[in-house]
Amino acid sequence: MNDKTLHAVPGPGAPITEADLHAYVDGQLPEARAAEVAAFLDQHAEARARVQGWRDQNRRLREWLAPVADEPLPLRLPLAPPAVPRRWPALAAAVALAVCSAAAAWFVRGAVDGRPLQVAAAPDAAARVAGFAHRAAIAHAVYAADARRPVEIGADQEQALVTWLTKRLGAPVRAPTLAQAGYTLVGGRLLPGGQGPVAQFMYASAEGRRLTLYVTREAAGGKTAFQFAQEGPVRVFYWVDGRYGYALSGEVDRGELMRVSTEVYRQLDGPTG
Amino acid sequence: MRAEDEALIVACIPSLRRYARGLTGDRERADDLVQDTLERAWSRFSRWQRRGELRAWMFGIMHNQFIDSVRAQRRQPEIQADAELPEVAVRPSQADGLEVRDLDRCLLQLPPDLRAVILLVGVEEFSYREAALALDVPVGTVMSRLSRARERLGALLGARPAAVPTLHRVK
Repeated sequence: MNDKTLHAVPGPGAPITEADLHAYVDGQLPEARAAEVAAFLDQHAEARARVQGWRDQNRRLREWLAPVADEPLPLRLPLAPPAVPRRWPALAAAVALAVCSAAAAWFVRGAVDGRPLQVAAAPDAAARVAGFAHRAAIAHAVYAADARRPVEIGADQEQALVTWLTKRLGAPVRAPTLAQAGYTLVGGRLLPGGQGPVAQFMYASAEGRRLTLYVTREAAGGKTAFQFAQEGPVRVFYWVDGRYGYALSGEVDRGELMRVSTEVYRQLDGPTG
Repeated sequence: MRAEDEALIVACIPSLRRYARGLTGDRERADDLVQDTLERAWSRFSRWQRRGELRAWMFGIMHNQFIDSVRAQRRQPEIQADAELPEVAVRPSQADGLEVRDLDRCLLQLPPDLRAVILLVGVEEFSYREAALALDVPVGTVMSRLSRARERLGALLGARPAAVPTLHRVK
């Protein structure tokens, strides 16, 4: 590839070319050259009109297409690498159970002595059990960082949000109230999960720290203790309780996450849980 | 696969959808394109070496998929007639709706390669170098396509003061 055509920046006073005019419109000129082009445009009405026309094109194209990026993602889009097809014999279930117990033990220990805890990495079954926690962490990383549009439906329409998510998930879902724990609901969105849609609620503290609660039906059945996972800077507590799997994610310390998870668990362990 | 890489790919999706919509002018076709692109990206990611240029890589996959689909349609003229030449007789009620429809139609009259460049640079704000990577052409080609795309789009838009159907089709 010949990159030199672009990066060979003409010296001061070099004639202004059409390429300069395009690069000027697209904000791709070094400052000094852009100033030369601006001076040139002051003197040349025809070039000025062309540049203005191109700017209008950019503006109109952006305005036309801007709403697309804010639409909810269609659920058929694959948001994660395809799971490697696995057989799922009774043995794996037994391993999963063992992992859960181990994790529970770790959790209790962590809670007692406050030392760092990590989920034992039993290869296959743990991966399966932790599948939704992993996706939750990814979804957190993507949307919690989105300053402009972190949610599809805001907390000001909480009823609409809950109704919509309930309808799409096919089972009643609600957003816990975490005001006492110091977090208020920002809103929520619907995301494609491993098997069918999942709901993501977003909360923020007064300082702007964000937590997301990921609610999925893909891990339905049974009941597990809290488990902990970490994906890069994002920490996740997750558990399965009856119809739903829950994962609370945030870039906060483990103690904070545990504190809020306990509150979520307390509220959702009720009749709808 | 590292979680950060996964997050980067997922984070591309809204702009991929926007780009696909501009390329195809059609919601369903656009999301088909996004879906194919993601499937290919997930399956190829582990073999991909040029880390750090992920956006160009993703858009490059989409571009190849798109060009393939355009070629496939050319072999099926009846479908192409439907997809490439939007219907003429719809009369929107609002002026800005009209303007958008007009832009949409004019853009679809540009050859796919020109459409791609003007969208990548004008909407997705790719640098010329990044666009060259995505389209797998030299930067000079990006520049000449951009120039032609702007000239033609300007002519199409200018030649059609709102909804007078006397357009000449540029192929």
